[in-house]
Amino acid sequence: MRRLAALLALCAGLWFAPVVAAEQVVAGLSRSDVAITARFEGSDILVFGAVRREVPIPEGAPLEVIVTVQGPSEPVVVRRKSRLFGIWVNTDAVTIDRAPTFYAVASTAPLADILAPDEDARWRISVPRAVLSFTEERGGDGPRGAFTEALLRIRTAQGSYQALPGTAGMEQQTLFRADIGLPANLTEGSYRTRIFLTRDGRVVDRFETPITVRKVGLERWLFNLSRRQPLAYGLLAIALAAAAGWAAATGFRLWSR
Amino acid sequence: MQIYLPIAEISLNALTLFGIGGLVGILSGMFGVGGGFLITPLLFFIGVPPGVAVATGANQVVASSISGVLAHLRRRTVDLPMGLVLLAGGVVGSGAGIYVFNLLRARGQVDLLVQLSYVVFLGVIGTLMFQESLRALLRARRAGPRRPVKRHQHLWVHRWPLKAKFRTSGLYISVLPPVGVGAIVGFLAAIMGVGGGFIMVPAMIYLLGMPTKVVVGTSLFQIIFVTAFTTVMHATTNHSVDLVLAMLLIAGGVIGAQVGTQIGLRLKAEQLRILLALLVIAVAVKIALDLLLEPAELYSLAPPVAP
Repeated sequence: MRRLAALLALCAGLWFAPVVAAEQVVAGLSRSDVAITARFEGSDILVFGAVRREVPIPEGAPLEVIVTVQGPSEPVVVRRKSRLFGIWVNTDAVTIDRAPTFYAVASTAPLADILAPDEDARWRISVPRAVLSFTEERGGDGPRGAFTEALLRIRTAQGSYQALPGTAGMEQQTLFRADIGLPANLTEGSYRTRIFLTRDGRVVDRFETPITVRKVGLERWLFNLSRRQPLAYGLLAIALAAAAGWAAATGFRLWSR
Repeated sequence: MQIYLPIAEISLNALTLFGIGGLVGILSGMFGVGGGFLITPLLFFIGVPPGVAVATGANQVVASSISGVLAHLRRRTVDLPMGLVLLAGGVVGSGAGIYVFNLLRARGQVDLLVQLSYVVFLGVIGTLMFQESLRALLRARRAGPRRPVKRHQHLWVHRWPLKAKFRTSGLYISVLPPVGVGAIVGFLAAIMGVGGGFIMVPAMIYLLGMPTKVVVGTSLFQIIFVTAFTTVMHATTNHSVDLVLAMLLIAGGVIGAQVGTQIGLRLKAEQLRILLALLVIAVAVKIALDLLLEPAELYSLAPPVAP
């Protein structure tokens, strides 16, 4: 009997599954890889696309779109200064195991209006949800809370974390676009780009694609050399410095004659 | 013109960097200080991560010191034997300093140590120097029949064994005090992320009794090696030397050093010392204020240090 009930539940699941994706995202990026060259000053990514439907536009709240771009995660130490013997000193530190080096979320309206809290918790869309892991969030009210908040505050002030409500555009519930500006201080790696369609706060469909960010040319060569041949790199640095110092001294001597 | 720096991983204006290098180079040529005390905070201020600023600053100081020393060598104001003796001590001190630096960095207290040593050393040295040079300047102003300058002052260091002649400085003293001075300066320099000229120059004038004119060139001479050593150490242990950043700073620095040397030669020894003293005091006061005033942001972010 129990087995039959399980089978029925499974059939029901299969039956209802396609209904969820009645509206589907078809999306593209203006560029799927970003090359960091010597003249790199940041890069604007245009995320665009359309909604494919098999059925007429459903009644109710309009369709909204949320676009997120997330950089590679790295551990970070957050330190706090306090006054000790009259001077300001780093006294406490908390290590956060994984925090994205970059996170931007663009949407057609404030997230609170177009995304239910449980959907946010599930897909980790808003900045605090995306940046902090489950365990960090749970410790949010504890002694670590002030440190995780400082992480969000400092990275937001630096432009590494961006909440951009109202910057994405949606035309006639079908065509959408969002511009995300990647800053100049990018970490190399794969930038996970996600697009969510929401209606009445529920995620209707989603799409995910990576953007590859890497150094090229001279930047690539120097970075690799500094990691793979640190001694040669250090000696090269000194040789160049010595040559420049000598060249300037010689140049001035000839010039002042 | 923006240039992306591959190690610092940030894009900055090339002209700004060239200007910073030039300014620091002028001070270097004038006073025989490397300028690391100035370049590190300036780079930090425009957004370069502190680790990269310290290591790359050292590389820039190599270039401006070489440029300055070559200018001084032409005027025979470098005491090479004395420079070598100071250097021998400096290498030992510098190695110990980098070890302590990495130890403290792992505990997150490097900033504090650096700042406290800046304030204490620069404050004390600056004040003493200022007093001394002001007295000398006033004495010179009073004109009158000039008293003969006592050439061979008998300081405490003159009684030690292992004596050697330092012709350019006009000294006949034991090699032990210069070695000790070199070691202490090398140690502090590595911890503070600077070449140590700030401590070295006054130590040479007041502890070793060297003439001011010779001090600048000799200080620059030994700074070349200390900072070259520091650069290689940072490159191999922390991978934090940014060559693109260094080249831009160096381009300004080597030119500035030549200009600074010309300015320095036109000043009297007392004037040179009093200007250096004021500069030292200004830096000390600035850092002291940073420690005493409540910072706007109590929290700071840093990459974790591998144990």
